[in-house]
Amino acid sequence: MTTQVALSNVGKTFPASPTTAALHALGPIDLELQRGEFFAVVGPSGCGKSTLLEIIAGLTPATQGSVEFEGRRIAGEAPDSIGVVFQEDASLPWLDVTENVAFGLRRSKLAKDERDARVRDALRLVGLSDFATSYPAQLSGGMRQRVCIARTLVMQPRLILLDEPFGALDQQTRLLMGDELLLMWRATGATVFLITHALDEATMLADRIGVMSARPGRLIDVVETNWPRERDSRIVERSEFGAITARLWKTLREESLKTIGRAVPKPAADA
Amino acid sequence: MSERRRHGGRNALLLVAALFALWQAIYWAVGDIALSSPLATLRYTAQLVTGEDFRMHLSDTMRAFAIAFVLSVVIGLLVGFWLGFDRLSGDALEPMIVTVYAIPKLTLYPILLLAFGLGLSAKVAFGVLHGTIPIILFTLGAVRNTRPILLKTAHVLKLSRPQMVRWILFPAAIPEIFTGLRVGFSLTLIGSLLAEMFASQRGLGYLLMNGIGLHNIELVMSVTLLIVVFAAAVSTLLLQVDRKLHRKG
Ligand SMILES: Nc1ncnc2c1ncn2[C@@H]1O[C@H](COP(=O)(O)OP(=O)(O)O)[C@@H](O)[C@H]1O
Ligand SMILES: [Mg+2]
Repeated sequence: MTTQVALSNVGKTFPASPTTAALHALGPIDLELQRGEFFAVVGPSGCGKSTLLEIIAGLTPATQGSVEFEGRRIAGEAPDSIGVVFQEDASLPWLDVTENVAFGLRRSKLAKDERDARVRDALRLVGLSDFATSYPAQLSGGMRQRVCIARTLVMQPRLILLDEPFGALDQQTRLLMGDELLLMWRATGATVFLITHALDEATMLADRIGVMSARPGRLIDVVETNWPRERDSRIVERSEFGAITARLWKTLREESLKTIGRAVPKPAADA
Repeated sequence: MSERRRHGGRNALLLVAALFALWQAIYWAVGDIALSSPLATLRYTAQLVTGEDFRMHLSDTMRAFAIAFVLSVVIGLLVGFWLGFDRLSGDALEPMIVTVYAIPKLTLYPILLLAFGLGLSAKVAFGVLHGTIPIILFTLGAVRNTRPILLKTAHVLKLSRPQMVRWILFPAAIPEIFTGLRVGFSLTLIGSLLAEMFASQRGLGYLLMNGIGLHNIELVMSVTLLIVVFAAAVSTLLLQVDRKLHRKG
């Protein structure tokens, strides 16, 4: 096992603006991701999960600590070998599915047939081969999210970051998408870093699960599942599945209550 | 789709027929003094368009309009993109532009005349004054309202700024921009015709004013008919493209 991503003492404080006070959103966090592992993150909403992902993706700089990817420090701009899938639909409505997926390769200098081959493979992997010429507006939310995943896959990233990619989907679709994600993970050999708010999803998919505290988010537990690499959603039948999910919930319950408590209106002095 | 188009075509024909019927009815009601009949107007129009001078007037109007529209589009897109990008300038200038848009631009005409004199440049300037503002406003709005997730995507894919504009911002904004162009088209036409009506010796606008001065009702009605037909035809076409673009997005 080699370390691919190393976060040490990483934190983020959003500076004050004319209308808001400075906000300590995240950290400090120490975490190492092993090459090829499937790492999931759960935590109460607003605890800084997306912020953490954006720091690793190079979309926003950390205000404290350091992030290393494959031995090199990430400062603002991340290397090409990191792919990102967001919660929100990021498909491009003016392009059809094939063009959307190929969009990830526009900047690359690959030969045309290599490019076409990669797009075809990615479409097959996410099960969209039959919709190659459809436009996003003609697809369901889950299919559009798969378009975005395929757009990331064609770039053959060695690390894939997903920010609640199935958050907007119904439960059955989410389980099936989970299966596809596992397939993709095995097929590509990439490291997967998945943020989710669904504990069962984290348990079902990940090798390790990081549990974050309420804001400012810190890692308060890291749970190993010890699943075999060959696995799918039927893993929910195992007795360990319930035990792991229960452990996650035990840790998270208190933290989530804090978040909810914070959302309850308080006297003006607190505002 | 073709079913729908046939439907649209039939509706348009019905509308034109209804308008002609209405015209005829009004003619019967008010008589020769204020209106010429549809038939007489058509006959006069046929005569007018085959006449010597007409081609000169038409080409004059078309030249002024074409130059004005091209300028409106170029200025509108450039300024619109700039203000859409540059939040600070956008916030500062947008209210002013909206204000200018709201005042009756005819009141600015004397100033333009002083600046440009009679003739082509005044017509063009007046057309641009009308046409460029809606294009600016629609473009600005389109650029500013680009979904942030698309910009994040551009960042993740490491697009350079020009690539981001060309591959993301521009295509994302096209439906809105096109609406701006459609509105800009109509207003540029109005602007350049107005300019012709009040200070020009040539062009369709001049013909119109001439007809009014000579109390030549048939001439007035013919020129109006030609302008209406042209504007309606182009507008309908643009509207159809517009709808199609918005459906896809
Ligand atoms: N650009 C920003 N400026 C100021 N505060 C922000 C910004 N982005 C996120 N936050 C705040 O940081 C906290 C963590 O946000 P986020 O990482 O999106 O949480 P999560 O993804 O866990 O729900 C939230 O309280 C959020 O309001
Ligand atoms: Mg989030």
